Amino acid sequence: MSATISVNGVEKAATATTIADLLRDENVDPGARFLAVAINGAVVPRSKWDGVEINPGDDVEIVSPAPGG
Amino acid sequence: MTDTLKDPLTIAEKAFSSRLLIGSAGYPNNQLMLDSIAASGADIVTVAIRRISLEGGAETMIDLLAGDYHILPNTAGCFTARDAVLTAQLAREALETNWIKLEVIGDRETLYPDGEHLLQAAEEMVADGFIVMAYSTDDPILCRKLADLGCAAVMPLGSPIGSGMGVLNPYNIEIIRAQLDVPVIVDAGIGTASDAALAMELGCDGVLLASAVAKARDPVGMAKAMRHGVEGGRLAHLSGRIPRKRHAEASSPERGVIGS
Repeated sequence: MSATISVNGVEKAATATTIADLLRDENVDPGARFLAVAINGAVVPRSKWDGVEINPGDDVEIVSPAPGG
Repeated sequence: MTDTLKDPLTIAEKAFSSRLLIGSAGYPNNQLMLDSIAASGADIVTVAIRRISLEGGAETMIDLLAGDYHILPNTAGCFTARDAVLTAQLAREALETNWIKLEVIGDRETLYPDGEHLLQAAEEMVADGFIVMAYSTDDPILCRKLADLGCAAVMPLGSPIGSGMGVLNPYNIEIIRAQLDVPVIVDAGIGTASDAALAMELGCDGVLLASAVAKARDPVGMAKAMRHGVEGGRLAHLSGRIPRKRHAEASSPERGVIGS
């Protein structure tokens, strides 16, 4: 049985241990401006991206501002 | 023209010189977006919050806008209060702002707001410290409830989003304006400059539009037209229109006509 997480709706192997790790795995600079992350429906502040652990089964959303009306 | 500096739009004690709020979506390219927004004179620019692309090609539009404008994130696309609240919280984290344009859509075809979820989300967001500008139907009761819950502005639609049908129920808009103590901004349905002017003539405090400019043949030209429409409508409202009459009344003097 392989442990997976959901990242923006896509199932992935749960290899990353922290949000910062996950962002780097996805080629996203954790230091980039205008990013926000939620795990299981709760926002994780940027200050905790190095600390909060990602666990198998987690539902991760990574968002940014986009054109809108 | 209106001296906009002496007649600011004030929302949650923050003054804006322009009464036109504009979206950032639907433009053929970023340069036209920037040029059009600049031509509109708007201070407040709306953005959506979306999943980033994990295939690379990072969005750069926010880098182009941030710093020059008051960025107002929206909860567009949300169908539940829960999603809208989480989207607002993500927007607050991403943009370091507690301002939010609250939208909870009830139906994909009409894009009409879901009143039940809208009220629930507004209550939760106000309690969570957000400055909530709520997109609503042009229902005076729903608008009053949103204001009573603590929304900083109430934004009834003129007509369905993107329809360009203008202000379909000016009587309701006037009632809503008369009943509320917070700014009333017509949001959605504006198709051309006269629609924006009408909304302002009805006494609205501002107009929020997107597609009418972004999808015009000449977006920069239409952005200028909207700016003037909003300013003209505002000035007409402040200046007081003459009453409508069913009979003519000559403007030239009736005495002294030759041959009389």
